[in-house]
Amino acid sequence: MTTATNWSIEGKNHERNFKSIMFLGLLWLSLFVAFLFLIILLVTTAMNGMGRYDMRLFTDYNNTTPADAGARAAILGSLFVVTVTAFMAIPIGIAAAVYLEEFADRTKWYNKLIELNIQNLAAVPAILYGMLTLGILTLLGLKNKNVVIGGSLALALLILPVVILTTREALRAVPQEIRDGSLALGATEVQTVTKQTLPAAIPGIATGTILAVSRAIGEAAPLLLLGALVFITYDPNGLFAGFTTMPIQIFSWTSAAQDEFKQLAAATSMLLLVILLSMNGVAIFIRNKFAKRW
Amino acid sequence: MSSSVKMEDFSLRSSSLRIGERVIRGTLFAASAFSVLITIGIVWSLLAPALEFFRQVPVMDFLTGTRWAPRFKPASFGVVPLIVGTLWTTAIALIVAVPFGLGSAMYLSEYASDKTRRRLKPVVELLAGIPTVVYGFFAIEFVTRVVLKDWMGLDVGTFSVLSAGLVMGVMIIPTVASLSEDALSAVPLAMRQGSFALGANKMQTTLRVVFPAAFSGIAAAVVLGISRAVGETMIVALAAGNKPNISSNPLEGAQTMTGFIANAALGDSRVGSLEYDTLFAVGLLLFMSTLIINFISIRLVRRYREAY
Repeated sequence: MTTATNWSIEGKNHERNFKSIMFLGLLWLSLFVAFLFLIILLVTTAMNGMGRYDMRLFTDYNNTTPADAGARAAILGSLFVVTVTAFMAIPIGIAAAVYLEEFADRTKWYNKLIELNIQNLAAVPAILYGMLTLGILTLLGLKNKNVVIGGSLALALLILPVVILTTREALRAVPQEIRDGSLALGATEVQTVTKQTLPAAIPGIATGTILAVSRAIGEAAPLLLLGALVFITYDPNGLFAGFTTMPIQIFSWTSAAQDEFKQLAAATSMLLLVILLSMNGVAIFIRNKFAKRW
Repeated sequence: MSSSVKMEDFSLRSSSLRIGERVIRGTLFAASAFSVLITIGIVWSLLAPALEFFRQVPVMDFLTGTRWAPRFKPASFGVVPLIVGTLWTTAIALIVAVPFGLGSAMYLSEYASDKTRRRLKPVVELLAGIPTVVYGFFAIEFVTRVVLKDWMGLDVGTFSVLSAGLVMGVMIIPTVASLSEDALSAVPLAMRQGSFALGANKMQTTLRVVFPAAFSGIAAAVVLGISRAVGETMIVALAAGNKPNISSNPLEGAQTMTGFIANAALGDSRVGSLEYDTLFAVGLLLFMSTLIINFISIRLVRRYREAY
């Protein structure tokens, strides 16, 4: 049987007139500009940080003398805060996604409300999550808002909708036959989810979750609200310890007057970019390597 | 009645759940219901201090006043300059993001082979993964200082709306590109084939058949881009400056709604003071604006999902 696609009605030989070529050129240009921008950003930031790619960036605390300053507290702070964030957001996010995708009756008004709500939350400005966290911490009676648990809470609330949306997408990609087969063999619904659907969706969930966590690492706005722009010269050593993170440190050094601090800001930016790009790389690798095509 | 029984007529699910399963299901439901609590929490955390603010400053004075000077004496709380600042950066960002985002989407959806698309798309999406504070640094140190000042010889100071808007536009390219591409790809192949069969070339098909068919989805992408631009904080806080400005010159600096919140949060205003409450009044305005924008976008997406 011949299908229409086999004939290839592609209009390729009509592509020779001037206007079509110009149009294709414009499309090329827009992709090219995006790539060019990415490269320029990486190169100029790398060059701005020249002179500060040393071990002291990792081992020294912030200092009023730029030559003696390092990003140690910020690096450890970022790692700590984001780890706690992941522990808060990922389980709730996956649970919510499993409910919405596997159990929810979509005709019910409350399920529709939840779906609509999550779509909106994903586009709420990051800074408002900082204001929400500020409100929660005040309600809990915390005097000092700039604590690890507060920062993690703000970032967890921020990435929760992203985790839910990407997990749902991964679950949706698992074919219905897998579920039907499991149910037909007598498995209960929960067994079907835990033994069949979730394991099949793990590569997709992992990809989405890594990207969500990398968003948390790069985010600064909600933390500004908690007062994370402070001078920290110790390692964050507990959930209620004060902290700063790499993006906050970059912000503070960028706003500083001396050019040496800008150098530090650029060097820390490069470190942050290397971390994020490798996370992106891992996410893409998982997607290409493990994701099944059903 | 037809003799073939449709799969949907059966339910393989058990008619009554075991107790343990019911508990698990309830827990999962609680997790998703938690998201509604977040929205309620945002409204609650903004509303209480904002109402306190509006007890002292009339709503109309806030919304129509053209002088924003909350720290001055006498203080003035007209939010219009912050809105103007936000509109400027958003408009400039859209001028960058819409053509480049849409162009990329059209190429990826209509021209690129599967293999090319799989390789190029993650690279475009990298732009969305770069921390906004790094964009902010880039805006001040490269775009303002080198491109606008040295190369183009423009009369810009340290802070300019133009620089912040341009960089923000690049940040939004992936948002526009990714959603537009989804919308373009959702247009059925048969529509393209019909167009080709009538003798149209690829450009004509893309512009006159696929683009109109995907229009509501593309509009949703642009609207979501607007929402991102309105809510973006770090780029404007770094590159646009913190001087409220109602002028029409994009080479000058200006303060946006988010820029004000970030900047005021750095100061140490006492909890419960008018200055502190001001933050939340602006926050509430920001939340309401993005809420409306987001809903328009969600509506538009539904429309094209229903169409195909």
